[in-house]
Amino acid sequence: MSGRRPFLLFTAVAFGYAFLYLPIITLMVYSFNDSRLVTVWGGFSTRWYVELFRNEQILSALWLSVRIAAMNATFAVVLGTLAALTLVRFTQFRTRMLFAGMVTAPLVMPEVILGLSALLMFVSLEQLIGWPEGRGMTTITIAHITFTTAYVAVVVQSRLSQLDGSLEEAAMDLGARPWKVFLVIILPIISPALIAGWLLGFTLSMDDLVIASFVSGPGSTTLPMVVYSSVRLGVSPQVNALATLIVVVVSTGVIIAGWLLHRQQRRHTGKAR
Amino acid sequence: MSGPEVTATGSTRLRRGIDRGVKSLTQGRLGRALVIALPYAWLLLFLLVPVFIVIKISLAEMALASPPYSPMLQWLEGRTLALRVHLGNYAFLWQDPLYLAAYLNSLKVAAVSTIICLLIGYPMAYGIARASPSWRIVLLMMIILPFWTSFLIRVYAWIGLLQNNGLFNNLLMGLGLIDQPLPLLHSNFAVYLGIVYSYLPFMVLPLYATLVRQDLTLLEAAADLGCPPWKSFLTITLPLSLPGVIAGSLLVFIPAVGEFVIPDLLGGPDSLMIGKILWNEFFSNRDWPVASAVAVAMLVVIVIPLLLLQRIGERQTAGESR
Repeated sequence: MSGRRPFLLFTAVAFGYAFLYLPIITLMVYSFNDSRLVTVWGGFSTRWYVELFRNEQILSALWLSVRIAAMNATFAVVLGTLAALTLVRFTQFRTRMLFAGMVTAPLVMPEVILGLSALLMFVSLEQLIGWPEGRGMTTITIAHITFTTAYVAVVVQSRLSQLDGSLEEAAMDLGARPWKVFLVIILPIISPALIAGWLLGFTLSMDDLVIASFVSGPGSTTLPMVVYSSVRLGVSPQVNALATLIVVVVSTGVIIAGWLLHRQQRRHTGKAR
Repeated sequence: MSGPEVTATGSTRLRRGIDRGVKSLTQGRLGRALVIALPYAWLLLFLLVPVFIVIKISLAEMALASPPYSPMLQWLEGRTLALRVHLGNYAFLWQDPLYLAAYLNSLKVAAVSTIICLLIGYPMAYGIARASPSWRIVLLMMIILPFWTSFLIRVYAWIGLLQNNGLFNNLLMGLGLIDQPLPLLHSNFAVYLGIVYSYLPFMVLPLYATLVRQDLTLLEAAADLGCPPWKSFLTITLPLSLPGVIAGSLLVFIPAVGEFVIPDLLGGPDSLMIGKILWNEFFSNRDWPVASAVAVAMLVVIVIPLLLLQRIGERQTAGESR
């Protein structure tokens, strides 16, 4: 290979990463700016962090979002795992096509449609049976479960389809019941996928503005909704501080996860040798 | 599912074996029914039925000057009326040039953004795939990391950079390249930038997945036979990475078409996109029937072709693996 090609490639890759990271880094730097103006550097200060932690609206929205996200992730993992099991193991049943279509639909449906359809459903249900009464945390959680289940199903499905079927067959031949096979053999093997699915469900829910805006009611404002309404008015130093905290927490988590994964891989390859 | 195999010769053992087989079979059936029923029922109730409700309401008429909730009762009662107004909402979409323009513009913005993502993402994926294994992990993690941080905040980060007294304009004016701030924010340029920025990781990951699996001896063989690098790239690497190109393009194109946040925060009054139109019909105009009609048209024009495309792709890969 000539010497110029790696250099060009290196430049292209470096440009790509700079593009991905410069905006976030600028945001983080300016969260420590004492001045309210973006143009002026008014010296180092942590006053926006102090104000952020005094901001009742943001704190209560954060708490609501965390509760919704945790509940959503838990339900979505259960439903998504069942859906993935159905798709991988039960290849022959009537209306399977419909089921597979419904599982993948949220991945290709625009969020605005998911939000609108969920809202109209809740309104119709309320008129028919009186439930759900008004809209709020419950309706947001239900709408989130519906779309995150699809993502969890994809993650679990890819893990399930890699599974060695002979293990299950051996267990069944030795008289293990299907549910026991699931609990003792399948579940431990797919547990990394379940954890990944849970985290994915949590993040997707924490991050969702569009669907939550459609199905939320008065008094149930999630964190993205608060951020959105303050951001529409322009740059807000408190949002900069919040963004910095989110980035720091998430990066720490991802780096730890990546490190654990790396170590695990190393151990596996070490064994193989 | 296979029941326990019966190989015993004794009649009692045989009977016990059969008993167990029947038992596990029925248990399996019941368990299987439960496994299928729960997600099935959930998705029917909260995904499929809502779509039909949207279709139903798109065939209704907006009750003027009413709170958003009350018109529902009227729609439930009058079936014949609903059928008559049906033409109304859809004809309105067709006749008002705004909607058609928004649909076409959404498709255009999504397509152009996808191509830009491909142009930036391909070299990145290629570079990661050819890096040393330990670097690969770091570089990949740096691609995945932005995905886990808030999407809204990543879009917001550009406001500070692009606005009139933002970083870019200050930099350019400081360098003396421009006298007046460029109107970067609230423009189509900002929308493209925001979409490319937000969805670039979705392009890089599938590209990387196909590139890293490629057999490098093919390139060596080509080089030994005197093939210049650019030619072996065009005839070997690129065609072999086509599945990744298609997967990545779909992952960018699909969410970009219905995007609301990016055109709303970064776009200007002329950056019409269909997701934003639906949002405005619903929240600003409070016209639920027209919003529903926009949603149905979006489903028919954008989502159903994509679902079919995916089905064809699945069938092809299934055929290949056989």
